[in-house]
Amino acid sequence: MPLLELENVTASYGAVQALHGISLSVDEGSVVAMLGANGAGKTTTLRAISGLVKVTGSIRFGGKPIAGLAPEEVARQRIAHVPEGRGILAQLTVLENLQMGSCLRRDRSGVKRDLDRVFGLFPWMGGRTGTTAALLSGGEQQMLALGRALMMSPRLLLLDEPSLGLAPTIVRSIFETVAGINREEGVTILLVEQNAKLALRAAGRAYVLEVGEIAVSGPGQELARNESVRRSYLGY
Amino acid sequence: MAGLDRRFVGWGASVFVLVLAILGPLALLGKFTTLEFSYVWAFAIAIIGLNLVIGFCGQISLGNSAFMAVGGYCTAIMALRLGWSPLATIPVAAGLATIGGILLGIPALKLKGLYLGVATFALAFSVPSVIRHFDAFTGGSQGIFITGAGKDPFGLVNSGQLTSEQWLYYLGLVLLVAFFLFTRALLRSDVGRAMRAVRDGETVAQAHGVNLTYYKTLAFALSALMAGVAGSLDAMATSYVGPDSFDVTVALALLVGAAVGGLGTMVGPIPGALFYVWVPLYAQQIYKGRPDIAYGVFLILLMYFMPQGAVGGFFRMVGLRDRIRQRLVAAPEPAAGGTAQTTLSSRGLAPPRVDDPVSGKK
Amino acid sequence: MATELLLAASFQGLIQQIAFGLATGGLFASLALALVLIYRAMETINFAQGEMATFTTFIAFTLFTSLKLPYWLVFPITIALAMVLGVLVERVVIRPVERAPVLTLVLVTIGLFSIFNGVTGLIWGYVVRPFPSPLPTSPILLGGVGISYQDLGLIGVSTIVLVLVWLFFTRTQLGLMMRSAALYPEMSRLLGVRVGWMLALGWGLAAGVGAVSGMLVAPITVLDPNMMGAILLYSFTAAVLGGLDSPVGAVVGGLVVGVLLALVGTYIPHAEDLRVAFGFLVIILVLVFKPGGLFGQAQVERV
Repeated sequence: MPLLELENVTASYGAVQALHGISLSVDEGSVVAMLGANGAGKTTTLRAISGLVKVTGSIRFGGKPIAGLAPEEVARQRIAHVPEGRGILAQLTVLENLQMGSCLRRDRSGVKRDLDRVFGLFPWMGGRTGTTAALLSGGEQQMLALGRALMMSPRLLLLDEPSLGLAPTIVRSIFETVAGINREEGVTILLVEQNAKLALRAAGRAYVLEVGEIAVSGPGQELARNESVRRSYLGY
Repeated sequence: MAGLDRRFVGWGASVFVLVLAILGPLALLGKFTTLEFSYVWAFAIAIIGLNLVIGFCGQISLGNSAFMAVGGYCTAIMALRLGWSPLATIPVAAGLATIGGILLGIPALKLKGLYLGVATFALAFSVPSVIRHFDAFTGGSQGIFITGAGKDPFGLVNSGQLTSEQWLYYLGLVLLVAFFLFTRALLRSDVGRAMRAVRDGETVAQAHGVNLTYYKTLAFALSALMAGVAGSLDAMATSYVGPDSFDVTVALALLVGAAVGGLGTMVGPIPGALFYVWVPLYAQQIYKGRPDIAYGVFLILLMYFMPQGAVGGFFRMVGLRDRIRQRLVAAPEPAAGGTAQTTLSSRGLAPPRVDDPVSGKK
Repeated sequence: MATELLLAASFQGLIQQIAFGLATGGLFASLALALVLIYRAMETINFAQGEMATFTTFIAFTLFTSLKLPYWLVFPITIALAMVLGVLVERVVIRPVERAPVLTLVLVTIGLFSIFNGVTGLIWGYVVRPFPSPLPTSPILLGGVGISYQDLGLIGVSTIVLVLVWLFFTRTQLGLMMRSAALYPEMSRLLGVRVGWMLALGWGLAAGVGAVSGMLVAPITVLDPNMMGAILLYSFTAAVLGGLDSPVGAVVGGLVVGVLLALVGTYIPHAEDLRVAFGFLVIILVLVFKPGGLFGQAQVERV
């Protein structure tokens, strides 16, 4: 059952067209990866879903059309978007960042439960709730961003380049966490990554973008095994 | 319009307006209107100065009414107490005001944005009280009445060839044209480029070797100079200066005039000065009850629809006309996504979607 | 013996002046706080803050005279009405230019200044009116210094308002959302925050604080449409002195400006008029050494 469906979505930044008719679907409970070179349109696709760029075409979430909604309304559908660069609220503390994740929720017990779960996933956070977010390391910031997204109790998690700028060991642990979130909580994940190898390992399905269009798509394992796909599109 | 065409039209229009302006008082305008226009010229000079420092150099300076006060009082005191002819006081007024501008420039170097704005605003605010305080010198709350303010040193007014309103009108006009041409030349030179660089990003400008101190101080000094001259002319036109002649409302009205005309444009100060002088009068007519309300509503609407001011808005409209004309005449653009198609087609992976050049089929 | 008496007398006098200064400063502090709230929300100065405060104070006056409501009711009702007014002004007038450059916004607020001033004069006229004070004005002696309950009330209310605002922003969810929306609008949107409404609330809060300021000023001066003119200017000074982005700075700045004005007025002979100019010099001095104001953060230019 597709949770998210894009049909023939185009998007432009002013006069420059970045997406030329993207169609993809993300099944509920799955992890889908979007791969491709810089400038291919991966980030733009996520921004299109979140309502940060004007689009034409159809975007359906749980059957409901959401194209054209303002970003805050898209977020209220319980779509959590962790943007490129993590979007940490730098001058606020770790706890305040997490609280911003749950700022729309009314169920205080649910919020407390989720907060404990986040502290369970990232044990270091519990002791540093008062630390200003800007002082955290890159890896810690990525974990904070993930934790904050989880505080939204999202149905869909949009992750933009979680590995960017991070050391390999930390990246691995982040991907393990992401896979765990999907496994244990059933959160659907749409993942944008340049590190194709790692992404394909985590993803059930993958789309490869090139110059604003879908060039190839298919099950993650297949794409990983296909040598010509790997060499032409994924760089390894 | 080709670039050359536009410049020709620009020059043509300017000459036409200038001829009109010269003939105005002689043929078209009555006494009162002529005097009103001398105010317009004076404030246009002040606004050119303000436009220079805010629009082209990016420093929010709201204290120019203080320099107008320096100029106005200088003229008044020298004309009345020392018997100087008003015309001769103008260079002195300009000089003193310039010194004031340089002095202001020093602390202003360290202030940015709104902090600078509020600090200069406070300067403008303190002017009336300082004037009142040094009353032995300035005549305090009484102010100074300038006799013979409308007399020229060439005896034209005395001999009846010009009325004093006309003299003040032409004096203002000559000075305005002089300052306009000067500023225009300045802005087209390297100095102007440097100032714009400071406006657009100080750190970057500095990295490119622009001496921030020099250019900021220069901008402050020049704008103070022009404010001083404007204050001098204003004093002559009114034949009076008082502590409230150049208070905060003047400072604010100058800012509004500069923005309404168009900050960062060359011609903006003219419509800005017209706005400054005439709109309060018209606001009175539009809404007899409370002209402030009409003034405020007009200002807000202007900011909604023409935030770059009258001149900027005009250029936008002219630009629009050009683009529409291009649309009708130009060749059809290549199909959207053409580049992408080529890339994928060359990889043999995407079906061709454009017309097949051989068979002509889609 | 004589010298000691003189010293004691002048020290006494100094404390007295400082006390008066603090009371006056309380007036500037509350309006300065309103200015800072709007600056933090959208990096611009609301020139109309004082006029909005005057308008709401006139509403309070009408509540007194026409509806004959007691002070303890009028005070909160006026604050509530002012907050609604602030939200309305933001949603109707400011919203179309929310993202415009600073100068455009400043000019819009100047327009609002004119409108509010005119409307106040239109509705209530320019007749000068007395405004009731909730606290007695007769002086009491506190450690040898004469100060009235009203003066104490001024200092006290400003401090209480500051504390309440601080608690709101640091301890409540809504306050956190407003801070986040002001600092990181796009990311806050992605977290579901309706940033436009946060801005409106900011204006509402500022208007509420301004209303308090107006009701503090009115009993001391007379109630007329131009009441807040000079206060606004001293409040600008106070806000800049304390740092435009610091609420604490606004209150401290206000108190400092109040004390400075009182001291200059008393100790520098014949300098009544120069108080303002002196204030200007003080700001310049402080800003040269601390460009962001006493408590503010120096503005960082993003390259």
